[in-house]
Amino acid sequence: MLLNSNESIHFSEEQSMLLDSAKEFCKDKSSISVVRELLDSETGFKPDVWQDLVALGWMAVAIPEQFGGSALTIGAVVPIVESMGRTLLSTPFISSSVAAQAIIRGGSRQQKERYLPSIAEGEVATIALLENEDWGDDEVNLNAVLVDGDDDQLLLQGVKNQVQDAAVAGLFIVSATVENDKKLIIVPASSLKPGAIKAQKLIDESKRCSVVDFSGARVSASHVLPGDYNALVRDIKLIAAMLLAAEAVGSAAACLDLIVEYLKTRKQFGKVIGSYQALKHPTVDILCDMDSAKSFVYHAATVVGDEPLNSDAEVACRMAKAQASEALLFAGDRAVQFYGGMGFTYECDAQLYVRRAQWVQQAYGDASHHRKRLAGLLLECGLSFGGFSGQRC
Amino acid sequence: MSATAHELEQFRRDVSSWLDENNPKNPGFLLPQTFMEVGTDQQLEFLRDWQYKLWTAGFLGAHWPKKYGGQGLDPAFQTVADEEMRRHQTPIAFNVIGLGWAGPLILDIGSEADKAKYIKGILSGDDIWCQGFSEPDHGSDLGNAQVKASRDGDEYVINGSKIWTTFGNYAKYMILLARTNQNVERKYDGLSFFLSPMHTQGVETRPIKKITGEYGFTETFFTDARIPADCLVGEEGQGWKVAMQTLQYERGAAAGAAGGLMVVRIVLADAIAAIKGLKRDGKPLLEDPSVRDQLVKLAMEEKAINLGIRRAEIQALNSDYPMSLPLSYKLRVSEYQRRMRQLVVGLQGAHGALYVGDEGAVAGGFWQRAYFNSFSSTIGGGTSQIQANIIGEHVLGLPKS
Repeated sequence: MLLNSNESIHFSEEQSMLLDSAKEFCKDKSSISVVRELLDSETGFKPDVWQDLVALGWMAVAIPEQFGGSALTIGAVVPIVESMGRTLLSTPFISSSVAAQAIIRGGSRQQKERYLPSIAEGEVATIALLENEDWGDDEVNLNAVLVDGDDDQLLLQGVKNQVQDAAVAGLFIVSATVENDKKLIIVPASSLKPGAIKAQKLIDESKRCSVVDFSGARVSASHVLPGDYNALVRDIKLIAAMLLAAEAVGSAAACLDLIVEYLKTRKQFGKVIGSYQALKHPTVDILCDMDSAKSFVYHAATVVGDEPLNSDAEVACRMAKAQASEALLFAGDRAVQFYGGMGFTYECDAQLYVRRAQWVQQAYGDASHHRKRLAGLLLECGLSFGGFSGQRC
Repeated sequence: MSATAHELEQFRRDVSSWLDENNPKNPGFLLPQTFMEVGTDQQLEFLRDWQYKLWTAGFLGAHWPKKYGGQGLDPAFQTVADEEMRRHQTPIAFNVIGLGWAGPLILDIGSEADKAKYIKGILSGDDIWCQGFSEPDHGSDLGNAQVKASRDGDEYVINGSKIWTTFGNYAKYMILLARTNQNVERKYDGLSFFLSPMHTQGVETRPIKKITGEYGFTETFFTDARIPADCLVGEEGQGWKVAMQTLQYERGAAAGAAGGLMVVRIVLADAIAAIKGLKRDGKPLLEDPSVRDQLVKLAMEEKAINLGIRRAEIQALNSDYPMSLPLSYKLRVSEYQRRMRQLVVGLQGAHGALYVGDEGAVAGGFWQRAYFNSFSSTIGGGTSQIQANIIGEHVLGLPKS
């Protein structure tokens, strides 16, 4: 009940059913041996698994009904993403969901009609925003200029960093400076020059990112999203942060299971090691951190609706990402340590979580990035309102 | 008789306007946040007056029977009164052991004579109650209580000592857990539960000075203290069961307690209000990036605890470890409060070194004292370390330490 007093969590029967089927599906399709099998594959996922989850309608969940979807909010996919994180099932689901949100929230009717049904049916879309290492940098150096003598054709010039699932994407939503205005542009993969996509070697081998050179790509000016850039990009980043938080919470829970299983069975000095408080108490801390993250994630899923994100929703998404990425960092770190010599090996599954943790902490801003912005949202209110409990501001 | 929404709304308005009028203004000295923090006669008299006023206005024990001093209303009325007290940030109703523990127990299983004798004095605040559960050698292990009660004709003879007796030096009665039988297989089976007079020969109290510098509780010594046999509540040997029953009432009016606030809640917003005028490096404290980061971390912790209460109600979101949120609540709240209060002291610059009684102390030294008092929650009722064991063992299924 702090300065921001919205503390709602709702979970519908529909979401509950979605959670059950997602848990079942992910467990079935993504055993640890399958996860390991895919680590050095090119795309990081099995095409038939992607087909299956598209067939279940999951890509359509948060797409409006008139564009081939089922008309729930983006919060409804949170249980799906948490389940994916739980089994380290990597697919372009998050990338495509976030890209679809950009079109839903910032696209014209024609753009929605043209692209949303195909995303709902499994065409992979992804977002390309980052140009360097700084998630807090709002500058956009990728330029789009009108081609001489043609006021419909835009010519792109510039490179984007860490574009998720670029290698399999049919559509890119790219931030660009168009004649001095920042805009999001829909760029079909077919308009890229050969060799434009260069895979990066990631610390998390279950994820796929690339550097994408958009230089030389030409698109029609009708591909520019008309929505207000700043508000749109802010909302898209927050939604991505919420989904990555949901995924991280799932992974933290799985990592906790891995630790608990070992602590219950491994014996040293004649005792099961879980009886030692030096291991037991930090494990309880992991549980509590994970519990907090999960509460934030489902709170965010509750308060993020179809409309532009209000301050409650912004607070919720930022808290979710900050807490979830730190919870997973701690869980992964302790998993390696508690597994001892085994934990130092590639063979031990602790590596999967400690690597996921390093990857996810930076994506869409690390914990201190979000806390810095939360301070602006929470403390300035306190200053101007005298800040007594329950005060809405 | 059950209450209609209309009646409750009317009642809420009555309580609210009464509180607008009667909620005490700043008395000029620090009031306690909990009943365990009453350290001076001045504080006690103030709180006694307040409780008496609440009771005579009909807003304490509203759902307790009329013939013993209540109003005979539905518990929903008292719940409404409590909500209004919280909203108006009133002082606590100090006679907590009477109002929340002994009173409801007596109404539940006491004799007619017990009810006539005790209930009214509990509500008015004339008869202060204390609790005799913990013993010097058995802090976290209540079932192992060793104070002896031996039957001798119409009396029991009590020997031994209890510790952390809040109000021990003021109380007229104690709810006492004592051993009536040493020769039992399960230690719990030898315990009995008494409503024991304090002002009787052989009962002595020694005040314990707390880290706050105040006297909040006593050690209580029994040396051949003789109490009437009818002080026994429930059967002899059933004391553990009665004690556990006693712990159920304090959760609020609906659970049986007389009502009134048991604690004044402190939240981070209060802390921010307290420090926002302070400076660091010549600039407002709240503009310092590291201070901001620390405050946001606490804000998240506070919010996570509150969201956890909501999430605990949704079964589908607790399938992994169903008991995790309820069993970790005490640990999380008490540790959060301790760290938050400590930080507020730390953020006061040189003023952080000033204590209650110094005119330059920030908010009269409220945060310094509040930090010290927060240990009563991280230690009392099972220390944080015991809590972590309980969670590790009962939630995660780890082997016993």
